[in-house]
Amino acid sequence: MEIFVEDNVLINAKNISLHIDHRQILNNISLQIAEQQIVTLIGPNGAGKTSLVKIVLGLTRPSSGEVNLKKGLRIGYMPQRLHIDPSMPVTVDRFLKLAVNANKNEIQRVLEEVGATGLINNQLYSLSGGELQRVLLARALIQEPQLLVLDEPAQGVDVNGQAELYRLIADIRSRHKCGILLVSHDLHLVMSATDEVICLNQHVCCHGHPEQVSNDPAYLELFGKKDAETLAVYTHHHNHSHELGGEVINSEGKGISD
Amino acid sequence: MADFILRALLAGLMVAIIAGPLGCFVVWRRMSYFGDTLAHSALFGIALGLLLDINLELAVIMACMLLAVVLVMLENRRGLSTDTILGILAHSSLALGLVIISFTDNQVNLIAYLFGDLLTVSDSNLLWIGATVVIVLGVLFKNWNRLLTITLHEELAQVEGLNVLQLRLLLMMLIALIVAVSMKVVGVLLITSLLIIPPACARAFTKTPETMSAFASMVGCIAVCGGLAASWFWDTPTGPSIVVATSVLFMISRLAGIGEKS
Repeated sequence: MEIFVEDNVLINAKNISLHIDHRQILNNISLQIAEQQIVTLIGPNGAGKTSLVKIVLGLTRPSSGEVNLKKGLRIGYMPQRLHIDPSMPVTVDRFLKLAVNANKNEIQRVLEEVGATGLINNQLYSLSGGELQRVLLARALIQEPQLLVLDEPAQGVDVNGQAELYRLIADIRSRHKCGILLVSHDLHLVMSATDEVICLNQHVCCHGHPEQVSNDPAYLELFGKKDAETLAVYTHHHNHSHELGGEVINSEGKGISD
Repeated sequence: MADFILRALLAGLMVAIIAGPLGCFVVWRRMSYFGDTLAHSALFGIALGLLLDINLELAVIMACMLLAVVLVMLENRRGLSTDTILGILAHSSLALGLVIISFTDNQVNLIAYLFGDLLTVSDSNLLWIGATVVIVLGVLFKNWNRLLTITLHEELAQVEGLNVLQLRLLLMMLIALIVAVSMKVVGVLLITSLLIIPPACARAFTKTPETMSAFASMVGCIAVCGGLAASWFWDTPTGPSIVVATSVLFMISRLAGIGEKS
């Protein structure tokens, strides 16, 4: 109980470990997220990313360590996926109204923000992967969160949609001045929008600025030589994806000059 | 018209009204096997009631609630799937009920418990059903949005500050209550059909959880009237007739649904 959370720190997790059935899931992990900071968790499948997120959200109790939240912290959570049974008829509007304190204006505002106003009367189960992710993001924004927790937000979204989604997330950070905890396994896509990367494989392999991490031997080892090469290709492609995400620039000329 | 038919109609309609919305949750959350398990444990309740010589309705309600609590507790453990746990509980409680009944001296009409005995509903039965329905409706109305939220995504609901475990237990208790009182109407073996067939009829025609629930209640009421009419005119067993009526309505709804789409 010694922790004094500094004013601009939203979440301070210290020495978190988690065992399930004698299996180590997380080993001594510390994590801090400050206001307006985007922290990205990357790591292979089974690295414990989602477990760590659940501990931060208070959904799972760690075996040891502690999580301190800023007093009265409002958290907006976007789960990895939402499985809707097709037997349940729910429109996007109704789904957003179920969120605490949501009124008509707010629903309109968050849907505009994520570019999904056209979906308001659609049935939830009929949405495509990308549309559903936007609606989930809208729901996370309803309470004007100080911290957004996004668990693999781009899952099931095609590559163009992913770049767009990450751009949207960066926009949201600057507009709402909120901190963001992002889980992802594609570093190349989140690089431009991330302040700090934590590379996780049960323990923290390496952390720091994205460029720094992408050259870290621990990162290269974790993702294997093949992926590291892919990463090199991705840095190569980096300009290109910027063009796709932003204004359309003549990509052919640029590609050749590379 | 005879008094007994009026009482039967009243009991059937009350149960059908409340089975609509609760049945929707059973369908949305894929809990139909849970409904079956509760129904089987109701027979265990009857047996206990006979053995201890206490009010049978009360015994059934207690047995169903107990099972719901045991299930919620077992569900949070690892190792066995819910499906397996339900299977164990359902058949153990049914078998145990039958064994216990064999020890009591009462000449028990098992068929009445297995397939319902709507035409012999007494005033005191009506009172039990009425009181239960009012309580269940009130609790359901008060917690409606919360129950919808945990049905959509439990973890999201928990992050938003809802007590998910408590709400899940509440929903199971409500279903346990309704199973306990509908035993008189359609019997242990047919209760689940009264919960899941009306919502299945309603699905194709509705766009919100509320309209689906209301529509399901309506389908249930029509089926109760139809089943009772069949029983009155052709002397068919009442409980099974009601279930047959829901099945017929389901087939009609499918055909109408196809017609609407094309």
